[in-house]
Amino acid sequence: MSEDVIKAEGLTKVFNHNLVAVDHINFSVKRGEIFGFLGPNGAGKTTTINMLITVLKPTEGKASILGYDIAQQNNDVRNTIGVVPQEYTADEDLTGYENILLCADLYGISREISKKRASDLLTLVELTAFKDKKVQTYSGGMRRRLELACGLINRPKVLFLDEPTLGLDVQTRAATWNYVRMLKKEFGMTLFMTTHYLEEADALCDRIAIIDHGKIVVVGTPEELKESLGGDIITLSIKQDVDITHLVKKIERVKEVKKENGMYLIKSESGEVTAPLIIEALRKEGHVVTKLSLTKPTLNEVYLQYTGKSMRDAADESRESTFAQRSMMRRSHM
Amino acid sequence: MSETNNISKSKTHGLWALTNRELKKWYKAPVVFILTLIQPVLWLGLLGNALNIGGVLSVNSLPQDLMSQFTPTQLAALGTFFKEMMSNIFGTPSYISFMAVGMMAFTALFTTMFSGMSVVWDRRLGFLNKVLSTPVSRAVIILSKVLSATLRSMFQAAVILLIAIPLGFVFGAAFTPLNILGVFAMLFLVCVGLSSLFIAINIRSTRIETPMAVMNLLNLPLTFASSAFFPIDKMPTWLQAVANANPISYTIDGMRQLLIFNSIDYTKLAVDFAFVGIFALILTTIGIVLSWRFLNK
Repeated sequence: MSEDVIKAEGLTKVFNHNLVAVDHINFSVKRGEIFGFLGPNGAGKTTTINMLITVLKPTEGKASILGYDIAQQNNDVRNTIGVVPQEYTADEDLTGYENILLCADLYGISREISKKRASDLLTLVELTAFKDKKVQTYSGGMRRRLELACGLINRPKVLFLDEPTLGLDVQTRAATWNYVRMLKKEFGMTLFMTTHYLEEADALCDRIAIIDHGKIVVVGTPEELKESLGGDIITLSIKQDVDITHLVKKIERVKEVKKENGMYLIKSESGEVTAPLIIEALRKEGHVVTKLSLTKPTLNEVYLQYTGKSMRDAADESRESTFAQRSMMRRSHM
Repeated sequence: MSETNNISKSKTHGLWALTNRELKKWYKAPVVFILTLIQPVLWLGLLGNALNIGGVLSVNSLPQDLMSQFTPTQLAALGTFFKEMMSNIFGTPSYISFMAVGMMAFTALFTTMFSGMSVVWDRRLGFLNKVLSTPVSRAVIILSKVLSATLRSMFQAAVILLIAIPLGFVFGAAFTPLNILGVFAMLFLVCVGLSSLFIAINIRSTRIETPMAVMNLLNLPLTFASSAFFPIDKMPTWLQAVANANPISYTIDGMRQLLIFNSIDYTKLAVDFAFVGIFALILTTIGIVLSWRFLNK
């Protein structure tokens, strides 16, 4: 069989006959890979995940998980995957332990096995000390870990994480990243995650798909995506007032040289390798480099390049409204 | 993690887990649990005594000077006359008994209504999506809601009956302990029907306001255009027509026959059961079909 654990072909979801949430997307996720869907809220990330986890039926196109068709063999898919949703779905009135057992029951796992697994998972997510406390007393980070434990109860081969660190503080986010890395390393699990945090995609994902307006605009490793921008920017100035453009252009990997306000802006792949070469070449010609700096492109520039807008603006805006809505819901639930 | 889950699954796995999740919110929360027990006491104690029709329709309600014109024998005859009139109107001389049975059905209506609302929360908080991503049968998701609402309603109705006894509830001459089974069969049917109806109303809604409005609208006619607090045959004809189409009326009539009436009209009782049974069957089918279609979108 192929190494593609997840495979989507022309996957499309149209709501109410006119709202195209996901528009003919194609991608594949390899075994043991952490694959990230990056894009602002409303880009179609959650809709894609909901189709893959068999909650929504695709309008068009198809996708499969470990060879099981998400529409035709949805029960096989459901047994194979684990899901860690965006929201805190654990029941606040139940204890952490009861919540995990409830998840186990949904998979039809016998009580004998589920008790053993639950205690293992509680140890894994470091919640054993709190297992008999009601979830309403849990902090955000603890709830997130509980969701993770629930998502692992059926020992999934593929784990879906929808915005796993939404609204978490820096420490908890780092801890969550460590869990994700551990799942990949220790269990060889394939992970599919969505995020609108660029640094998260950069730090965790083996490959990233940038999605905007329901379409995948680009797929690649974080490095590839950054390289695709044409590489790093080396900024330098020299003592003498002569034009060195032609000299620099001859150097390997240099793509573009621009002179602005007496500074040279040099675009190059692997800037850290190119920079010493430039200094060396200039020194041979008798030029003295007075200043040099190296800027690596971030995914923010990648995102800007491919979607034409800044990621942060879009993300912050939609996040605020999501939070306002959520806290409102909590209050009225009391 | 290790190999696949080699677990044999029945089609109904998860039913009790999901039902119990709903019930735990209630019986494991002492405040909520006690409040649901206090509520019927207040209803019966306040409404049952404030609407003391038995007291109103008695010799004591006569003006003093009018009363003095009667001899004690005549007063006793008048007392019997009022009692007969009460029995004729309500089927029992005790209004609180009449109303307590109405309350049992009313509680079923209310409890199923609010339990139906929990489906909106499950959607908004993402729980529904999580359940949908597990191999639980879609029908089980809906049935668990129906079942938990039904069990809870039946329990609360039982509490009302128990509380009504010290408050003056009088069982009819036709009552045998076996009739209790009939009463709960009746309640079961109506609760299953009602909760299916309310789940079908709620399942598409992401806002809590819409179903609230719909239910407030349904609540009033279902309660008052029924025999819950007043007999149907004393209503104006047009209202009688509404009340006669209301499954709550049939539920109440069936339960009154079994609990407080002095003789059981078996033909009428059969009609009551048939009506409520068909109502439950139709609404459960509609509820499950609608919810099923929605959940498989």
